[in-house]
Amino acid sequence: MNSPLPSKQIFTKESLKKQFRLSEFLAEKVISFVAFLSIAIIFLIFIFVFKESMPLFSFGKKDKVKTEIQTTSDVKVESYEGAETSTEEIQPETYGAPTEDLNPVTQETQTSEELEPDTYGAPTEDLNPETATGKEVIIDEKATENKEGADRTWSTFFSTEWVPVSDNPRFGLLALLVGTLKVTIIAILIAGPLAILAAVYTSCFASNRRKEIIKPIIEMLAAFPSVVIGFFAMMVLATFFQDIFGYDSRLNAFIGGVAMALAAIPIIYTISEDALSAVPKTFTEASLALGASKAQTAFFVILPAATPGIFAAILLGIGRVFGETMIALMATGNAALLSANPFESVRTFAATIGSEMAETVFGETHYSVLFFIGSLLFIFSFILNAVAEFYVKGKLIKKFQGK
Amino acid sequence: MEKAISVSENPFYKTKKTGGNIKENAVVGLTQIAVLLIIAILFIILGIIIYQGREKFSWEFISSFPTDGMTKGGIFPALIGTFILVIVMSIAAVPFGTITAIYLTEYAKENSKFAAAVRFSIRTLAVVPSIIFGLFGLGFFIQFVGTGMDSAFNDGELHWGQPNILWASLTMALLTLPVIIVSVEESLKTIPRELREASLALGATKWQTIKKVVFPGSISGIMTGTILAVSRGAGEVAPILFTGAAYYLATLPESLSDQFMNLGYHVYIMSTQSSDVEKTMPIQFATTLVLLILTLSLNLVAVIIRSRIRRRAK
Repeated sequence: MNSPLPSKQIFTKESLKKQFRLSEFLAEKVISFVAFLSIAIIFLIFIFVFKESMPLFSFGKKDKVKTEIQTTSDVKVESYEGAETSTEEIQPETYGAPTEDLNPVTQETQTSEELEPDTYGAPTEDLNPETATGKEVIIDEKATENKEGADRTWSTFFSTEWVPVSDNPRFGLLALLVGTLKVTIIAILIAGPLAILAAVYTSCFASNRRKEIIKPIIEMLAAFPSVVIGFFAMMVLATFFQDIFGYDSRLNAFIGGVAMALAAIPIIYTISEDALSAVPKTFTEASLALGASKAQTAFFVILPAATPGIFAAILLGIGRVFGETMIALMATGNAALLSANPFESVRTFAATIGSEMAETVFGETHYSVLFFIGSLLFIFSFILNAVAEFYVKGKLIKKFQGK
Repeated sequence: MEKAISVSENPFYKTKKTGGNIKENAVVGLTQIAVLLIIAILFIILGIIIYQGREKFSWEFISSFPTDGMTKGGIFPALIGTFILVIVMSIAAVPFGTITAIYLTEYAKENSKFAAAVRFSIRTLAVVPSIIFGLFGLGFFIQFVGTGMDSAFNDGELHWGQPNILWASLTMALLTLPVIIVSVEESLKTIPRELREASLALGATKWQTIKKVVFPGSISGIMTGTILAVSRGAGEVAPILFTGAAYYLATLPESLSDQFMNLGYHVYIMSTQSSDVEKTMPIQFATTLVLLILTLSLNLVAVIIRSRIRRRAK
């Protein structure tokens, strides 16, 4: 049945316009909001990890500290003594601001309790001669000492010892940094060449059938939980390599590095393989047509063309190893020694957090330092990812599209 | 129809170049050795763990509680704890991940700065070390949300402001979110554009199209994502170290505010903090074997479903 068209024109500009529907509008808004949450999570992670390390920054950044504290203390005041003390610890803002003497009594008692071990238990430390000026009951003076507490923690960051639990705690991040770097370098030196060579074979030499077998198997390695790899390294690899090399400490940087290489291989392999496969076929065919052999083409044409992608693969591999916790906890021996010997026990940043967080008390310096290490790890992995993402991608696009 | 022969397929090329060139063969052989080495290591790990773990591995081991200070008995509570963890985690992460993926494929405009930021955040989330999630769980869920809930509902009595299953699962959900988003997005992309256009042309609105056409087509992707996320969540230990895992519990957890035992954590503490590491070695290997079977078989299922999706795309 042909429904008769109305004689008048109905397709006006108005009627063709998209109608406003509330359900559509709401659906889009809700979905966009959920998507927005993933951005928010990144910020929240940074804020909340960094927030707990705030007491370490109590000597500067006045305004920032204050606002942070105000937002959190509302919630925590009743339930956590520790929260109270940590807010008090940040009082150095009062230094130089004499108008702020609202609660002199509580402030004084709390700060002195909190900071006694830091400031007075350090007779060997002669970096801050002002500490010797004595204990005067003036608020401003207290604040100065408080400042010294944070300063002292910072000055120990560059020492070589990691002794967080003692009368004179020292937080020598240097020892941890060296340990982490040692393990990372060993792991990447093993995983990098192995994974890249395997990727070259898969994308340049292997037949399609082999490719379909090899790829899922190597990617299966990524499904191994890190605790399993750590366990294997600790139980089997450690004994195996000790029999070969005959070193003293069974668990050491080398074992940790080998085990972490197992965790990094699938990442480096997958990303480099993708990068190699993304090189246009014309590159290969031009090279072959000029008389180059397959191997020459792979190593002198395809590999250089895919360099940015392989660089990204290595970066992400480093990121994985740098933050790997369980393998480091189980296979590196966990002793913060400062030495260049790869066969000595080391302790990495992530392992330190993992093993010591359970023993710390909410709000104390050790707790803050661990969170501070956490924010360093977060910033580091964030930067690595950003470099891999923007710099490398830009280069690849330029290379292949000639823009 | 004339098919262009690529140079590498040209028969003349092969006879001329590859025959007996030692250097060439050595280079190719080197790359081949790298592949074989990786695969060999993988099977050696598997083989040793199966070999060492088989002796203790039995139904009784799986279904009984640990006894005698965890030097004897099974791993039942750890297994149940892991199950509860991944279930609560999936309930939190799957809807969230699916909706984000739908946003990225259906709503996000090309060159949209917002969508680029979302993508970047997801990729960052995927590379953030797992221990950072643990710290975040402690700082945000336990210290901020948990204690906040306590002071609001429980008069400051400590109930939610301590490690428990809920916070551990939510922490794990954040960790596995990128896995789900990537899988769902991949499967959404395989749904032909014509289907969407046909639906829109018939007068369906965008939301109706998503509900009736796009979403049903992405079920397999959601399944793959969930399975991969579960496989990942079952194996990760670092995020739950201080958000809820317990050394030993005599009873199974009864509510979301209880602590729980976990397979991976069990392996960790048994091998590093057990009273007698030598004696409990068979138990450790068997626990590792159970964990490995769990994660690898889930992964295998996901790979199979995924390859089916890819075939559909072709």
